[in-house]
Amino acid sequence: MAKLTFKTDKCKGCGLCIDACPKKLLRLAPDKINIKGHHPVEITNQDECIGCAFCATMCPDCVIKVER
Amino acid sequence: MVVFDKPKALADVSMHYCPGCTHGIVHRLVAEVIDELGIEGKTIGVAPVGCSVMAYNYFNCDMIEAAHGRAPAVATGVKRANPSEHIVFTYQGDGDLASIGMAETVHAAARNENITIIFINNAIYGMTGGQMAPTSLPGQVTQTSPYGRDVNHCGYPIRVCEMLSELEGPEYLERVTVNNVKNVNKAKKAIKKAFQNQIDGKGFSLIEVVSTCPTNWGMTPANALKWLDENMLPYYPLGVYKDRSAKEE
Repeated sequence: MAKLTFKTDKCKGCGLCIDACPKKLLRLAPDKINIKGHHPVEITNQDECIGCAFCATMCPDCVIKVER
Repeated sequence: MVVFDKPKALADVSMHYCPGCTHGIVHRLVAEVIDELGIEGKTIGVAPVGCSVMAYNYFNCDMIEAAHGRAPAVATGVKRANPSEHIVFTYQGDGDLASIGMAETVHAAARNENITIIFINNAIYGMTGGQMAPTSLPGQVTQTSPYGRDVNHCGYPIRVCEMLSELEGPEYLERVTVNNVKNVNKAKKAIKKAFQNQIDGKGFSLIEVVSTCPTNWGMTPANALKWLDENMLPYYPLGVYKDRSAKEE
């Protein structure tokens, strides 16, 4: 099963990963703010993640680690 | 099993680039290639002036900061000092490579200097606040062309890969982009080939990466990628512009 780990404090909330996700599982956490002052990315349903790493490929800041 | 993680050649620090800036993606691709080829210990990078001026903080290999536009000249010196030992690359933007550093770029290419150049083309001066660059598109609105670039007054944008491909010297010229996953993977292949060419002693390789500048274009990162697709790619077509080894085979 795929598992995503986020380095939340490095996220700049650009949203490129959100558009890249084929399952549309990612979103900017509406109720969280990281150390940079951005809403960081989070996954809505970990069980549905297929571990394609498209999100990590598009992330400019290496926020996402993908395990399968 | 880890499918994707930060490459070892990339320092574990937060980069200063704006949200959604594709510099981060290209930095990672270069670092991944350095990791895969196992050349971290002998790689020397040359940082430019521009947004990526602090690239020396982000790569774990040795880095030098060059004067504005002079990265290919500095890289020439470093490479010629110890050609068998060092792998030398420069990382330059369009304001650096295509403007003030055009002479150094052209002559390094003409000499077929055995170095690798990563050229980021986002059609604008990013660090200084969004002025018109030599690569700005006709009609593009920037700080110094508020009514759009007037080609009668400012001339036409320079296509660097096409221009250099007319020279006998360069070994490998390719234009790639990073607007989606497929193109990111293609860009990585191109960068890897550029480094491999240097290891094989083939000579000058330049990879032009068509990139975005969401902040100075005045767009969200996602819209900037769309704008790149609709406006930049028709003027800067992707592809291999010169591959001398392939021709000879």
